[in-house]
Amino acid sequence: MAVAARKAGRAGSSAAGKSTPNKTLARKAAPNTPQFDKAQDLAAYHEMLLIRRFEEKSGQMYGMGLIGGFCHLYIGQEAVVVGMQMATKEGDQLITGYRDHGHMLASGMDAKGVMAELTGRRGGLSKGKGGSMHMFSKEKHFYGGHGIVGAQVSLGTGIAFANRYRNNGNVCLTYFGDGAANQGQVYESFNMAELWKLPVVYVIENNRYAMGTAVNRASAQTDFSKRGVSFNIPGEQVDGMDVRAVYAAGQRAMEHARSGKGPYILEMQTYRYRGHSMSDPAKYRTKDEVTRMREEHDPIEQVRRRLLESWKLSEDELKVIDGKVREIVNEAAEFATHDPEPDPSELYTDILL
Amino acid sequence: MAIDILMPALSPTMEQGKLAKWLKKEGDKVKPGDVLAEIETDKATMEVEAVDEGVLAKILVGDGTDNVAVNTPIAVLAGEGEDLASAVASAKMPDLVAPPAAAPAPVSAPAPATVPAAPAAPAAVYDAGLEVPAGTEMVNMTVREALRDAMAEEMRRDGDVFVMGEEVAEYQGAYKVTQGLLQEFGARRVIDTPITEHGFAGVGVGAAFTGLRPIVEFMTFNFAMQAIDQIINSAAKTLYMSGGQLGAPIVFRGPNGAAARVAAQHSQDYAAWYSAIPGLKVVVPYSAADAKGLLKSAIRDPNPVIFLENEILYGHSFPVPVMDDFTLPIGKARVHRQGKDVTIVSFGIGMTYAIKAAEALEKEGIDVEIIDLRTIRPMDTDTVVASVMKTGRCVTVEEGYPQSGVGAEIAARIMEKAFDYLDAPVIRVTGKDVPMPYAANLEKLALPNVDEVVQAVKAVTYR
Repeated sequence: MAVAARKAGRAGSSAAGKSTPNKTLARKAAPNTPQFDKAQDLAAYHEMLLIRRFEEKSGQMYGMGLIGGFCHLYIGQEAVVVGMQMATKEGDQLITGYRDHGHMLASGMDAKGVMAELTGRRGGLSKGKGGSMHMFSKEKHFYGGHGIVGAQVSLGTGIAFANRYRNNGNVCLTYFGDGAANQGQVYESFNMAELWKLPVVYVIENNRYAMGTAVNRASAQTDFSKRGVSFNIPGEQVDGMDVRAVYAAGQRAMEHARSGKGPYILEMQTYRYRGHSMSDPAKYRTKDEVTRMREEHDPIEQVRRRLLESWKLSEDELKVIDGKVREIVNEAAEFATHDPEPDPSELYTDILL
Repeated sequence: MAIDILMPALSPTMEQGKLAKWLKKEGDKVKPGDVLAEIETDKATMEVEAVDEGVLAKILVGDGTDNVAVNTPIAVLAGEGEDLASAVASAKMPDLVAPPAAAPAPVSAPAPATVPAAPAAPAAVYDAGLEVPAGTEMVNMTVREALRDAMAEEMRRDGDVFVMGEEVAEYQGAYKVTQGLLQEFGARRVIDTPITEHGFAGVGVGAAFTGLRPIVEFMTFNFAMQAIDQIINSAAKTLYMSGGQLGAPIVFRGPNGAAARVAAQHSQDYAAWYSAIPGLKVVVPYSAADAKGLLKSAIRDPNPVIFLENEILYGHSFPVPVMDDFTLPIGKARVHRQGKDVTIVSFGIGMTYAIKAAEALEKEGIDVEIIDLRTIRPMDTDTVVASVMKTGRCVTVEEGYPQSGVGAEIAARIMEKAFDYLDAPVIRVTGKDVPMPYAANLEKLALPNVDEVVQAVKAVTYR
């Protein structure tokens, strides 16, 4: 399904919103949001809904004690990774932090393997040895899943370095949050990426809270698109709740990076509905704030409305899609519940090659 | 009053250098700040500036003189209005040339260790004596040259190998270990980084995830503490966390441990630190041959390898086999010297104390066996245990700290595997449990010395 989404993205590329980004001053996303064709809206809907349902199920299974440790849900932020994946081409890599389930599903990794990793079973993508924050897929060019805040920024820059070294035309999408954006190695990486013109797009998922600390309490510069200004890295702020805006900005950024002009920063203004992790009651924000975001800006609802109103799909047709997504998620949960734990002999494997 | 101009030291470890060229001639007036001459070491070329005002009365050491010891008078400066002839007459002539660097101990003991038939003896102890085929030509080279050759050979062999770090390219290496690599391989593969250890370590690991084989040079391992999160959390653990899908074939290398007079923040031995981490290999060579053979193996290794060098050893010369492709196995110790009375286990610069102690003890009739671990992780316990089963006594020598050090680990393993063979407790000779002091006398006290090794051996042999 992820492949379908990417194909749809490529086929129906939108010319709207293609303006030249200002090199020194970050700016707001183009006011004329580009439109999706029906195939793109359908693909985006399916992908985002899969992440939403998968994460809801994860939360449920965590509550049942099937998932342990840390578990960070992506609910609310779905448009970011889905829109960006639509702007990639085969061979482009992605890497992110610990809120990574959505990135894995959007890059086409098997939902069963992801869920079984969450439950720590042998059929998990890391054989049960990585858990929620540590999954990888060479086949899908997904480089993790990293639990140390900000570490993936240097690593993603290194993957882009390898692209440049090999001159393979690929771009590495490096995702991190508003919290990680204050880590020192982010700026060490920005410096090298621009210095060496590395093909990397930094996607800052600004969900407004670094764990429990609101952006304005932790960041001197809350316009994250400007965080590259002193390195001459262009950036823009994007409505990260609108998958079309994400996709259009993604295309601009990917084009910039792929054409040898160096890194590009996209600040995705998004929102997570759930707490930082499962153990976070999220008392640092009001219920009203969450409700307002859900009702007025929900990324999936926006597409659903277009499918019904612009593309004249019926509720029944949408129900079929919902049903298919639920089936994938239920199958994954079933597998992850009954798959055996790793064999004890796995304790000592995969330490060295 | 005539003033002697002395051969300066350009670095904390410099003992001698070449007087490359005089830029002033006898009879020239000089004032403070004037460049008098250029001197060279194997690491760098530097200018000698005048500190005092006067007339260059006499040049004592001419252009192109090699091996001029630090503090040798190289010229005489006459004061204003002073008679040049009497100034020169009053100057003392230098004992011109320093002796060449001390000749090193032989590379390897010739014959394999014969382990007495003890029931619990390890099945097959690795025989380092067979690493070089008999009759192989040997050539003397410094550890620095051996490391450079290892990198150059591997870069010729595999286009995915590249070097990155501070000053590795245009400057030719802060310690000249990467000399000539930029010229041969170009800026794509020999990459100067900004001073940003955390960032470029992460960049190296990311590149390694994709299958490239980076050699990341740290100017010294002291600065790698900035990068230790990427080394441990990203490089060492990812293979395991990915269920074997994704590893990092990367070498982190650079000088480790105390140099000379650079105080606490620049004088730490990290062998024990990195050796505590599953997912890493840790190599600490002593000789040039080991440095070359092990670095080549480290570059080919699919795992992250910490390769700890030593600034003081860089300039030491050793015989190195002339072979097309000389590699050594990681994880195998080398019996440096055979003996029957006591086993000394050491590695890296610790070997210099062990070797001198063994020579001193030989004169007192104590026959010392020296094991050079070469690799700290995985540790070649079999070779150590086989030796201890033979001698019944063991002393460990390292510059690192005593608590949770490499010696502590060796002692524990010996206790677990050869307790019944021990005739005395294992004694550790280590750096002292203090931050490295700057004052010369305190620094000397903080490091291990030959006499401490001698005394430890006497203690375990009850002499």
